[in-house]
Amino acid sequence: MSGHDLPSTGHEHPHPKHELGPFARRVYAIRELLIEKGVLSGEEIQQQVRFMEQRTPANGAKLVARAWVDPDFKARLLANPKAACAEMGIDATSINEFVVLENTEKVRHLVVCTLCSCYPRPILGRPPDWYKSFNYRSRAVNDPRGVMREFGSELPEDVEVRVHDSTADIRYLVLPLRPPGTQGMSMEELAKLVTRDSLVGVVDPLPTKARS
Amino acid sequence: MGKFKPGDRVRVRAEDRPGHIRTPFYIRGKVGTVERVHGEFLNPELLAYGRDGLPKRVLYLVSFNQKEIWEEYGGSPKDRLYADIYEHWLEAAQHKV
Repeated sequence: MSGHDLPSTGHEHPHPKHELGPFARRVYAIRELLIEKGVLSGEEIQQQVRFMEQRTPANGAKLVARAWVDPDFKARLLANPKAACAEMGIDATSINEFVVLENTEKVRHLVVCTLCSCYPRPILGRPPDWYKSFNYRSRAVNDPRGVMREFGSELPEDVEVRVHDSTADIRYLVLPLRPPGTQGMSMEELAKLVTRDSLVGVVDPLPTKARS
Repeated sequence: MGKFKPGDRVRVRAEDRPGHIRTPFYIRGKVGTVERVHGEFLNPELLAYGRDGLPKRVLYLVSFNQKEIWEEYGGSPKDRLYADIYEHWLEAAQHKV
């Protein structure tokens, strides 16, 4: 094993890119201080990281797919989302207040947090990078239709767009419309149509033709 | 619970002060409608500084007509913006805008 046969770049051994940005350095410094001062143990931090990594948009997709096939569950999900999560084995207890926004033919919801990046993390895991971007956070509130267009959905004028700026203790999840042509599909098949982005409201779920 | 009920017209205080505030700048001074009373929550303006957040504050879901927030809003006149606002940031709106 030798790199000597390769054309020389003048720098034979590539360095791993491990340079941390100022925020990452600050986070690591705070973590070390918390451990050093006995506020948290390294194991507790790892546990929380594992917990967050296990939370994925698949949880939201499960909730939505069941709501599509089971009208009683849908009623419970809208009336008491945290209890409905518990029923599905999803732990939403760390959310102060959880609200599910039902899309209809005439109303579409879009969720943003203009102040930071509030997101229903206990259910969906970490938000996508675009959700935290300055661009999304500023434009979702004053040009929601333009944002949705960029994600691929063109909404007619007679559909009302409701933007929810998640400014406080409430976490929002969109219950998207069930796509046409999905009669007879199982809950598992339906759940695959429910994308993370459709749970934030920037798009509708995948059309069935996209999944043959 | 709280001073306001669903359907009430409210104005967001046009106050500006330093520190941790959960009322976005773009809706300050705007008039909207109370849609829902979320309940009482610890005050994040105090929690942010390691204090106890007491007394709790009533939190409301308030909706606004997009065209009343952004003069040049390009979407449908039906489009609305919803935000969660604590009671101490709201005052009764005496007249419609």
